[in-house]
Amino acid sequence: MTATTLVKQQAGPRAAGEARGRRSRRRARLIALLFVFPALLLLGALVVYPVLFSVGRSFFDASGTRFVGGDNYAEMFRDPATLKAIRNTAIWVVVAPSLLTGLGLILAVLVEKVRWATAFKLLLFMPMAVSFLAAGIIFRLAYDQDPNKGVLNAAVVSVHDAFEGTSSYPTARGRQGLLTQDHDGSYRTTAAAGHTVTLPMVGVLPKDLPKGAEPADAAASRKAGPGELRGVVYLDFTPGGGGRQGRVDPKESGLPGMQVQAVRDGHTVASTTTAADGSFRFSGLRAGSYTVKLPESNFAPPYQGVSWLGPTLVTPAIIGAYLWIWTGFAMVLIGAGLSALPRDALEAARMDGANEWQIFRRITVPLLAPVLTVVFVTLVINVMKVFDLVYIIAPGPVQEDATVLATQMWLVSFGGGNNQGLGSALGVLLLLLVIPAMVFNVRRFRRSQR
Amino acid sequence: MNSAMNAIRRGLGNGLVQAFLVVIGLVWLTPLAGLFVSSLRSAQDTAKGGWWTTLTSPGQLSFDNYSALLKNSGMTQAFWNTVLISVPATTLVVVIAALAGYAFAWLDFPLREPLFLLVVALLVVPVQIGLLPVAKLFGALGLFGTIPGVVLFHVAYGLPFAVFLLRNYFAEMPKEMLEAARMDGGSEWRIFTRLVLPVGRPAIASLAIFQFLWVWNDMLVALLFADSSSQPLTVELQSQIRQFGSNIDVLAPGAFLSLIVPVVVFFAFQRHFVQGVMAGSVK
Repeated sequence: MTATTLVKQQAGPRAAGEARGRRSRRRARLIALLFVFPALLLLGALVVYPVLFSVGRSFFDASGTRFVGGDNYAEMFRDPATLKAIRNTAIWVVVAPSLLTGLGLILAVLVEKVRWATAFKLLLFMPMAVSFLAAGIIFRLAYDQDPNKGVLNAAVVSVHDAFEGTSSYPTARGRQGLLTQDHDGSYRTTAAAGHTVTLPMVGVLPKDLPKGAEPADAAASRKAGPGELRGVVYLDFTPGGGGRQGRVDPKESGLPGMQVQAVRDGHTVASTTTAADGSFRFSGLRAGSYTVKLPESNFAPPYQGVSWLGPTLVTPAIIGAYLWIWTGFAMVLIGAGLSALPRDALEAARMDGANEWQIFRRITVPLLAPVLTVVFVTLVINVMKVFDLVYIIAPGPVQEDATVLATQMWLVSFGGGNNQGLGSALGVLLLLLVIPAMVFNVRRFRRSQR
Repeated sequence: MNSAMNAIRRGLGNGLVQAFLVVIGLVWLTPLAGLFVSSLRSAQDTAKGGWWTTLTSPGQLSFDNYSALLKNSGMTQAFWNTVLISVPATTLVVVIAALAGYAFAWLDFPLREPLFLLVVALLVVPVQIGLLPVAKLFGALGLFGTIPGVVLFHVAYGLPFAVFLLRNYFAEMPKEMLEAARMDGGSEWRIFTRLVLPVGRPAIASLAIFQFLWVWNDMLVALLFADSSSQPLTVELQSQIRQFGSNIDVLAPGAFLSLIVPVVVFFAFQRHFVQGVMAGSVK
């Protein structure tokens, strides 16, 4: 390394050129210009000129005919849509790089402790190969609101239902006139101990009946013993017609899995769940009259999960997809820094009896600070330009809630807005935001050349 | 006693670490698996239930969507357009940047230093700022809506990083090597093709992979500069995203087709890939 630096310092094409005559020197310059010409032409025409053009264009109105000074820039902070884009970009720039650097650091440290580190790194780095478009489709699919399509909501709903239970009959209603509905959505009727009661329900399609539901008529005629309260909850509907309302006709099915409570003086004294034929039985009741209640939880609409791509959660959801893509990058870059740490510092700390957390907190993180900064800054630069992911994942109506500078610049200039003055100003704003990175790069390069 | 405790604690900790990493790995794999499995299911099955139901009824899986995709002329056209854009855009960037990189490293010409600093400054220029002016320029030149237009834009915006990377790599070559070649009377062109390019192969490989990936995966540039006959896969798929939900049987296999090429490149050239992405991440 020192040898090459030395060589580089002496190397000046100038020194090489002096050995030759003036004519051959001119010839050498001409050849050199031929070598750089294609690159300079393309950079000049398609990068440098457009930057200057955009800066100039941003001072003109939508049609480009009238000079408006800084109006487009003032408009940017007045127009609610661009203001929203600026706000969302700020959220992105603060949240995404911090999460990625943190997650990358944790994973880089942990993965060193397992034997399959390489396989794990490969797996997490792979999304870097996937286009934002494909990642967008992947996550549109994963975030789907319908728990029967989106894997995320499927997980959320099954966790929710495991803790809260599911309601079996969201559409069921009590037969009017035979059952009383309370304002909370529960149904009730009254019966005395020692009697059998029937609770007719409607509004359940025969195809929605749980599998294994059996006809209720046998249970309905069963006599209750003393201190016992029996009953059936059944679907008061005979397939093919012919049944009588309020009676348990032979073909009518019980509603299994329905929660039933016996209530007396406002207190629930017993509760049970109906069997396959819709029957239930309370025993050991004192004589008297009870309210038989079907609580509202039987009829609650099913839990539909989280609206990931709704207006409030859409930006966090898209940041989630971004994490999927970039975590591997952060982890590998930080991992490279980690392997360059002086081993003896870590070993010495271990010998002194420091635990893993102390080593991480007091030694690893401070020593890694330069690498973490590089990762963070790189991510900030990339996050500011995020476009495809937002454009693809946010569904049409939510697009304006998710908009960021790059998508807003696109919409304003080309996607219907057709205000190329404001669009150019947004482009210039994007450029201004990366200028610190530009200065940093140039400085670092000049230092490395000294 | 204490050390035994520590050993137990460490073993337990390691088990926890392993479990945590396995969970993270599964979380990372699931969305991709979801896309792949979805790409093998009919629209009717997808409407009925999630892709995970195939675990219990694998009969839903078939390659019908893919054979339909191959018969879909819009998709196949878009696939070839992607190839016709990515391959020249990669080749041109490598060739132009290698020439310029060599000149910036070893040849003498006026304004060499300030011009290279300009290249370094251009590293982070966002493509967004170029869209509108270049669209006007291409419109005037008749390049708007054509594959060469898309390619040229990609080449121009790939160049700062490419020149930067190759110039720095070439500059590390020992001076004696070049002097010796010049003493032997080799022309600059000969030195470039016979000496510089072979020596620079690792950097060129990383650059080529990075640039290929960048162009293959691009949507923004093609969205503006390509028309319906020259649009790549990303834009073709994007144009169908509005009907998301009803056309998963087209979108999922299409997305998978578009991502399988870079993923194969990734696994085939892991080292160059990671180096290229790391070096190019400043872009």
